[in-house]
Amino acid sequence: MRVTALVIALAAVVGVAVGCGSSGSANSLTLYSGQHVQTTADLVRAFEQATGITVNTRSANEDTLAAQISTEGSNSPADAFYTENSPALEYLQGKGLLSPVLPSTLAKVPAKYSSPHGDWVGVSARASVIIFNPSRISPSKLPTSVMQLSDPKYKDQLAVAPSETDFQPIVTSVAKTYGNTAAVSWLKGIAANAGGRVYPDNETVVNEVNRGSAALGVINQYYWYRIRDEIGASNMHAKIADFAPNDVGYVIDVSGAGALKSSSHQANAQRFLAFLVSPQAQKIIADSQSYEYPIAPGVAASPKEVPLSQLQPNSVSIADLGDGSTAVSLLRQAGLL
Amino acid sequence: MATLAAGPGTPEHRAPAQRAVAPNRRRPPSWILLALSLGVAIILAAPLVFLLIEARDSGWSTVWQLIWRPLTWTLLWNTIRLTVVVTVLCAIVGTLAAWCVECTDLPFRRVWAVLVVIPFAIPDFVVSFGWASLSTWVQGFRGAVLVMTLAVYPLVYLPVAAAFRSADPGQEEAARSLGLGRVQTFVRVTLRQARGAILGGSILVTLIILAEYGAFEILGYQTFTTEIFTELQSSFSVATASALSLVLVGIGIIVLGGEVLVQGRGRLVRTGAFAQRATRRHALGHFRIPVLLAFAALAALALGVPVGSSIYWMFARQGGAIAGASLASAGANTAAYSASAAVLTTAMALPVALYAVRYGGRIARLLERSTYLVLAMPGVVIALALSYFVERYAGGFGYQSATLLVVAYAILFFPLALVGVRASVAYAPVSLEEAARSLGSGRVAVFRRVTLPLVGPGLAAAFCLVFLAALTELTATLLLIPTGAQTLSTQFWAYEQNLSYGQAAPFALVIIAVAAVPSYVIARYFDRLPARVARSK
Repeated sequence: MRVTALVIALAAVVGVAVGCGSSGSANSLTLYSGQHVQTTADLVRAFEQATGITVNTRSANEDTLAAQISTEGSNSPADAFYTENSPALEYLQGKGLLSPVLPSTLAKVPAKYSSPHGDWVGVSARASVIIFNPSRISPSKLPTSVMQLSDPKYKDQLAVAPSETDFQPIVTSVAKTYGNTAAVSWLKGIAANAGGRVYPDNETVVNEVNRGSAALGVINQYYWYRIRDEIGASNMHAKIADFAPNDVGYVIDVSGAGALKSSSHQANAQRFLAFLVSPQAQKIIADSQSYEYPIAPGVAASPKEVPLSQLQPNSVSIADLGDGSTAVSLLRQAGLL
Repeated sequence: MATLAAGPGTPEHRAPAQRAVAPNRRRPPSWILLALSLGVAIILAAPLVFLLIEARDSGWSTVWQLIWRPLTWTLLWNTIRLTVVVTVLCAIVGTLAAWCVECTDLPFRRVWAVLVVIPFAIPDFVVSFGWASLSTWVQGFRGAVLVMTLAVYPLVYLPVAAAFRSADPGQEEAARSLGLGRVQTFVRVTLRQARGAILGGSILVTLIILAEYGAFEILGYQTFTTEIFTELQSSFSVATASALSLVLVGIGIIVLGGEVLVQGRGRLVRTGAFAQRATRRHALGHFRIPVLLAFAALAALALGVPVGSSIYWMFARQGGAIAGASLASAGANTAAYSASAAVLTTAMALPVALYAVRYGGRIARLLERSTYLVLAMPGVVIALALSYFVERYAGGFGYQSATLLVVAYAILFFPLALVGVRASVAYAPVSLEEAARSLGSGRVAVFRRVTLPLVGPGLAAAFCLVFLAALTELTATLLLIPTGAQTLSTQFWAYEQNLSYGQAAPFALVIIAVAAVPSYVIARYFDRLPARVARSK
């Protein structure tokens, strides 16, 4: 009976798939990460070697992971959460899902980059910049302020990634400076200028500007460096430019990490946070493909980049950026979300 | 993308099928079958129940606000215009290609018959990647039209080719002899004979476009499905994603309702049981060269570009070595998850198909139709629903386990398995089972020794359909995959999203290679269906 044999054989396959289900031994750590996949893998490998703790990494978009952690509640398999931006961590902190970070860990990085409440620690930083394609727009025609992006003269030139977690801090910054009403009409201008060039993420914005299908867009600086490495310098036609010093769009975004209150591996989670701000990990970040700025004193960024200390961002703070819910609501009113 | 609208629902197959196994109302319905079928229906209803619970929890007025915002109109317009244009184009390309291959003296017919079906094995997001990574022209609406037409037209081609093959040539001859011209005969007779198949294929194309995610994300084209995923990535909120999903389900109901209305009208009549016979093929004449060129172009666009582009990126890549180990482990995971899902889904489809075909009736029809609704639901919604129920009612047991992922696949691809199983159940004469019973075999023995072997080919086809679909599934997998594991699709996706084309390309090529086998089996199975009908009488 061939069919029966087939069914039995395949049932065995099901058994195997079911068998290799959940894992979670004593000396392990489950990490939810919204950070760059390759850099996270480098950090995890170094941590495993240094401590002997086995790390299971789950990589996805950080807001998706934050929503997942909040749904999972006290059952969450996650022990630690590592993100590219502060709002996802602020959101979980607001829901009381994070444990306080050890003071010795917080002390390793400047206080302005960590949670004011001490429930998560800053790990690295990035800056917002303009990306443009010189064959589509000359550098002299570039905006100096993010507010000019809604100017009709950029119609059909702009690429935007409104759902990108890096874009929302800029929206929050604009709303805080000029008020919600002005922010919505600014966003509507951006939507009109972008037309159909509304993309799901910054990688796509870089790609489209580089290919010349859009003239300019706003990204975090590290995407340009990282993608230049991916596609080769000779294929990178796009360039980046800074906003004017202290411009409302000139924002520093902070990547951070926290330990979950529901974690059954508290000590391991705290060790991982301490590792992330250690000189060893900060050096890995500085040398990695992701081109983020390390923030622990004494560790230099990639020599290819302008040093963090020479940037002239505005004064928007981590607390101002909050959990990003205002930005999302404004983006919705403008039809970008 | 892997789906098939073969004969079962279409009129030209319905007639012989009913003769073979007319629903036997004198026999009392089997309670075991009914109970099993209802159990399956309840599992399949889980995502819809979840959407309604979410909507109730966040309040209907909130849901209304979320639906009633400016973006919804953009999404509605984007989704509808794309669906209509691609469905029409697929219907035209698929039907014309099928007619040329089956009904004309096209040179190298056997070669074309294979080449036009192979794109079926290439995932939509790989086609999309292949095109978008080569040219800036391919993006937005025009990119989506091009890519989706090339990726899914085989769904119309396969059933229509089968319909042409089994069509009664006597009708065309009669029409010609009564004075209709060639073109009129084609439109009024030939096309009408394939109407059910064209419609069935088009419905599947429509449903697939509604639920497609990866291809549109790459092309930067916003539809309801891409936006549902985006919502999850930007607002920490499942409620908004659920609200948009309700709209998508509504569109799905309209499409399926429309199908019932259109399919219900008209019946085809055959002149006799053996009306299917060899015919004189139409001569292409002057059109021979242009038609050959058109076929060459179709193969180049649908097959050459995605495969060629993947090979190009593999060799043109900068930095980063190909991760052979990750390719192997992702491949092993993919095979285990997809095969398990295929077994489970086929097992779930068997009782429903047996019940629907053997006993018929309104409950059976409703049961069957309702299962098709999950085709219009994006994978991410089904994943969210399962996570919700597991967290809420099972204390998180099985969460992020391979089992839950396999169950998600089973829900997602149940309609595909049903199409495969139902077709063969319909052609398995019930009289053989009755004979076995009358000769003293027990129920179980009859099922094992008579029913299973008879529906075996259908089970194999169902297995392949689900395997193929699970192989390329993306959004549910991203949410439910065990922490630390990767599949070919998720790993391809991670690299593609980082624009690491060189590292993504080998994964695309492996997916195509793995998918080619089940697609071949499916194509052969549906190819032979009509012949098997004739033999069973």
